[in-house]
Amino acid sequence: MTTPRTSADRLGRLLNLVPYLLARPGILVAEAAADLGVTEKQLREDLELLWVCGLPGYGPGDLIDMAFDGDHVTISHDAGIDKPLRLNPDEALALVVALRMLAETPGIGSRDAIERALAKIESAAGDLADAPVAVKLPANQEKLATVRAAVDSGHALRLTYYTAARDETTDRVVDPMRMLTVGTFAYLEAWCRRAEGTRLFRIDRIDGFTELDEPSRPPMEAVPHDVSGGVFRPGPELPLVTLRVGRGGRWITEYYPVEQVVKEPGEWLVTMRVTDLGWAQRFLVGLGPDVTVTGPPELVEQIRAAAHAALDQYAAP
Amino acid sequence: MNLVICLLSTRRFLTAAQIALTVPGYEHDPSDPRDHEAFQRKFERDKAELRELGVPLETGTASIFDQEPGYRIAQREYALPDILLEPDEAAAVGIAARLWQHAGLAAAASSGLAKLRAAGVEVDPQATLGVEPVVTVDPAFGPLTAAARERRAVTFKYRVPEVDDPSARRLEPWGVVCWRGRWYVVGHDKDRDATRCFRLSRIVGDVRAAGRPGAFTPPADADLIGHVAHSSGPIARNSRATVTVRHGRAAGLRRLAREIIPGAGSDQLIISYGDPEWLASRIAGYGPDARADGPPELRAAVIQQLKELAARHEPATPAVAS
Repeated sequence: MTTPRTSADRLGRLLNLVPYLLARPGILVAEAAADLGVTEKQLREDLELLWVCGLPGYGPGDLIDMAFDGDHVTISHDAGIDKPLRLNPDEALALVVALRMLAETPGIGSRDAIERALAKIESAAGDLADAPVAVKLPANQEKLATVRAAVDSGHALRLTYYTAARDETTDRVVDPMRMLTVGTFAYLEAWCRRAEGTRLFRIDRIDGFTELDEPSRPPMEAVPHDVSGGVFRPGPELPLVTLRVGRGGRWITEYYPVEQVVKEPGEWLVTMRVTDLGWAQRFLVGLGPDVTVTGPPELVEQIRAAAHAALDQYAAP
Repeated sequence: MNLVICLLSTRRFLTAAQIALTVPGYEHDPSDPRDHEAFQRKFERDKAELRELGVPLETGTASIFDQEPGYRIAQREYALPDILLEPDEAAAVGIAARLWQHAGLAAAASSGLAKLRAAGVEVDPQATLGVEPVVTVDPAFGPLTAAARERRAVTFKYRVPEVDDPSARRLEPWGVVCWRGRWYVVGHDKDRDATRCFRLSRIVGDVRAAGRPGAFTPPADADLIGHVAHSSGPIARNSRATVTVRHGRAAGLRRLAREIIPGAGSDQLIISYGDPEWLASRIAGYGPDARADGPPELRAAVIQQLKELAARHEPATPAVAS
């Protein structure tokens, strides 16, 4: 998965290794390897190479020198490489922008520490800290802060939660695991005692909660979701719906995971998976007049029948 | 490695010939043209490698009598300035470095973190901050931030969903903005001669640099977030709707209500709204479980949408092969 090791990569690693070890006399080789994100074998190979590096003259006293004591290593001569190289533009960008993101994340703890760290990294990065990236994450998240405070208390929570798929608001007891923001939304990930599974609860759909006296105790089988590919990743077991989408509704293909888009002139033919046909009806009709459902037939019939029944309510008595 | 150590240790500029005499690995016979050429190629390659790593290689001459350029590395330019982070600050940096899901940025963040560790910073890999942001970026992020930093114009193809074909754009990028989890670039659109923002996910294909670095200066008072927020600001909800919903149904509408008046068989909701068409679509989605009672503009919008809905979903509608 890592990028191919070039000799520049290795040189960068070696230049970093010397001051790293210098700052930690007697460190365990395995600990250093874990810290620096390399294998122990790789680190030992790098150390071998350091033996033959040093100042011109290349005699004893010029070469980098190390003392080994079992698996512990100490640098005894650094040959002038006593400090790491400056951050390069990409490193400065990646760290500065990530810290700005953290500082902007609603409900996050230690905001003060984040801002102090950001100021110090910016000062160390010099001109490069002026990263041309501004960050503004979802605003209006007082609720996130209150939920987070409850999660921090380490107690189980009773949630009043709106489930869009079933269009119902229900109470349930959950054991909080973590909170996260993905794209536009913030979530609480918790073990749901009613569903007996790990669930992601969108914070804006938590309509109320109370902190219970008992501690949060997610069971062993409670495993966090991998959300790197998005929160809703529909599987092949879910029903497919097909839509004709007019110009004004094309934006839905940017916001929702779709299986296929056939771009016909004028209207697009869109295929997407939905958790539930009842939800699909509310959701797709709710998107307005640019969306027409073409399949499956039972959904089309359901929408037609519901529209007629709804119209009957407006008929003059 | 030895080249870096040698050039860091010298205050005098060293010529290629002097370096060849000193640094192991460069031994060659300068009088043999092929051998000398091989040395020069290797030396050029190594210099390029140092610059790629960001090692500040200075060129100059040791004295006015020297013809050949010499090289050295200024320790002050080379070294990361001293950085002392408190444990909570170091924890924040460690968490920040884990934020990126994008391979390139993740690698840059972890090599940056390794430099901080080498500067003596101890980072607790287990630290958390209570909320984990999961950040994904579009492929255009890298080239656009680089161009904004270098103040270099770019060209790219941009596709707006409502328009069939992507259009070519020429932009002087001022900066990239993350607004509510989505990425935008703000800058001067050279064709429209105006400030514009573009969503990164709508950029099709590669972003290409066009022209020289330093070609423009962003306005000193440019409010990048303001430009993006302006085009997608909040909607004022000044109108008030009355909607009747059946008992135990339409939970999604009930959540929108500022007030619920219970009744026999059905309840009445009072909902604040801005865009009647938007609310009408929501109400239509609940079919016979919800009825818009007023104001008339909303009631009319719901009836109109329901009529169109019924017509568009009649079996007579030519079915599209799926």
